[in-house]
Amino acid sequence: MVLLLLFIVWEIIVRVLDTPDWLLPAPTKIFYEGFVGWSNFYPDLLSTIEISLFGFAVGAVIGLAVAVSLHLVSFLRNALYPLLILSQNVPIIVLAPLLVIWFGFGLLPKIIVITLVCFFPITVAALDGFRQTPAELKHYMNMAGSTKTQLFWKLEWPFSLPSIFSGLKISATYSVMGAVISEWLGSKQGIGVYMTLASSSFRTDRVFVAIFAIMFLSLLFFVLIVLAEQKLIHWQPKGEDRN
Amino acid sequence: MSHLLVKDVSKSFGKNEILKGLDFSIEKEEFVSIIGPSGSGKSTIFNLIGGILTPDCGGIYLDGDSINGKRGFISYMPQTPSLFPWRTILENVLLGQELQGKKEILKAKEMLEIAGLADYEKAYPHELSGGMKQRVAFIRALLSPQPVICLDEPFSALDELTRFDMQKWLLSIWESHKRTVLFITHNIEEALFLSDRVIVLTNKPSNVLTEIIVPFPRPRNEEILLDETFMEWKRKIYYSLVGKEKREK
Ligand SMILES: Nc1ncnc2c1ncn2[C@@H]1O[C@H](COP(=O)(O)OP(=O)(O)O)[C@@H](O)[C@H]1O
Ligand SMILES: [Mg+2]
Repeated sequence: MVLLLLFIVWEIIVRVLDTPDWLLPAPTKIFYEGFVGWSNFYPDLLSTIEISLFGFAVGAVIGLAVAVSLHLVSFLRNALYPLLILSQNVPIIVLAPLLVIWFGFGLLPKIIVITLVCFFPITVAALDGFRQTPAELKHYMNMAGSTKTQLFWKLEWPFSLPSIFSGLKISATYSVMGAVISEWLGSKQGIGVYMTLASSSFRTDRVFVAIFAIMFLSLLFFVLIVLAEQKLIHWQPKGEDRN
Repeated sequence: MSHLLVKDVSKSFGKNEILKGLDFSIEKEEFVSIIGPSGSGKSTIFNLIGGILTPDCGGIYLDGDSINGKRGFISYMPQTPSLFPWRTILENVLLGQELQGKKEILKAKEMLEIAGLADYEKAYPHELSGGMKQRVAFIRALLSPQPVICLDEPFSALDELTRFDMQKWLLSIWESHKRTVLFITHNIEEALFLSDRVIVLTNKPSNVLTEIIVPFPRPRNEEILLDETFMEWKRKIYYSLVGKEKREK
């Protein structure tokens, strides 16, 4: 609803001020371009979806693996956690050209970029979940004679799932952004390429088509994760905070 | 030979001496309560028996074998129900068995039925009242295959009425299932009502002050609470606990 209102206001302003299309096209023009240029745009869209999904999957697996190993080996955790945070301070835009130099223009550097963007929220969320496991439940498990493996799989892992899913949600939306950035590195296809071409030829309407597509994809991924979460976690009391 | 033997056990945390020369034992199928002021190291005794802590000196023996620092020999019910919120009630009561290997789903269902929780098999813990959760936690301990059940102040967080219901309920279940139970409490009445024997602890560093063999025959019902002799025993234990505290001040 709010979105619709925004579009209407936008449309009116553009018409009243008569702004040139290369500066700010009206929403109707953008949708028109999206519709007419669909056959042209859709291979790019598909390609981006593909690498974001792939990158997200790799990022999620690595993110969880890092979290689990840091959690189970406490000296690793102390040694590597600061390093992890530092890794997030390196801007991807700076890192990207380096990755191209090291790994060429293939799929690998792109996946690395998306993974770098995706794994961190998952790792942090999972580690937080593991650490917040209630002490009384751990105490019960220990008293009842559970092994370390049982403690992890029967308690810490299921307890952390909601937290892990929050991480997954953030990462899923980031993954589309990561994919577009990785396409700027040099690619034959993808929304990123489409966007670069559009902006260099002042087809602002197409830039907006790309922006809307990115937003829509992010939202879609987000919703998919939420659905998966609802399917997997059905024990939480409705509308009540978990503690 | 006694079933569970705690022999001359001492434990300190740093300079804080908690247990000193603690000695007691339990026979098979006996219901024994340990009573002592809070902070006297009762939970610490359980942590030692459960193998989470190891005694500084002395030993803990099950059927003659030392279980110092070894886990998995007791089944446990903590003060808070400690149910897993993502497991249904049935899955929760099976957890203790699951950790040790085999699951007896039919027996679990039967126990839930006896406890009046048959309708809640598929419910999640947050749907249950405090008393019901404690029943679930007790059934979980009862179903666990270990020979000794340790209950650490299981009813102290409940309101007075629920607590009394729970005591009667526990008694009836125990009288028909006869397991070895070690029961921690700071409630004198509860200890007398439930147990065959009451072990009274001194204040820190704790050891056994007196042992009282509870004379009331089983099966017991609530009428004994009003019995003259029951009151007398209650007074005795009370004075031995308080008397000790006074002397320390
Ligand atoms: N792991 C521990 N480290 C240090 N001190 C502890 C630890 N566990 C218990 N204590 C101390 O031991 C004393 C007895 O505790 P506890 O066994 O829980 O008493 P109770 O169960 O009788 O109330 C307390 O003063 C507590 O501070
Ligand atoms: Mg205690």
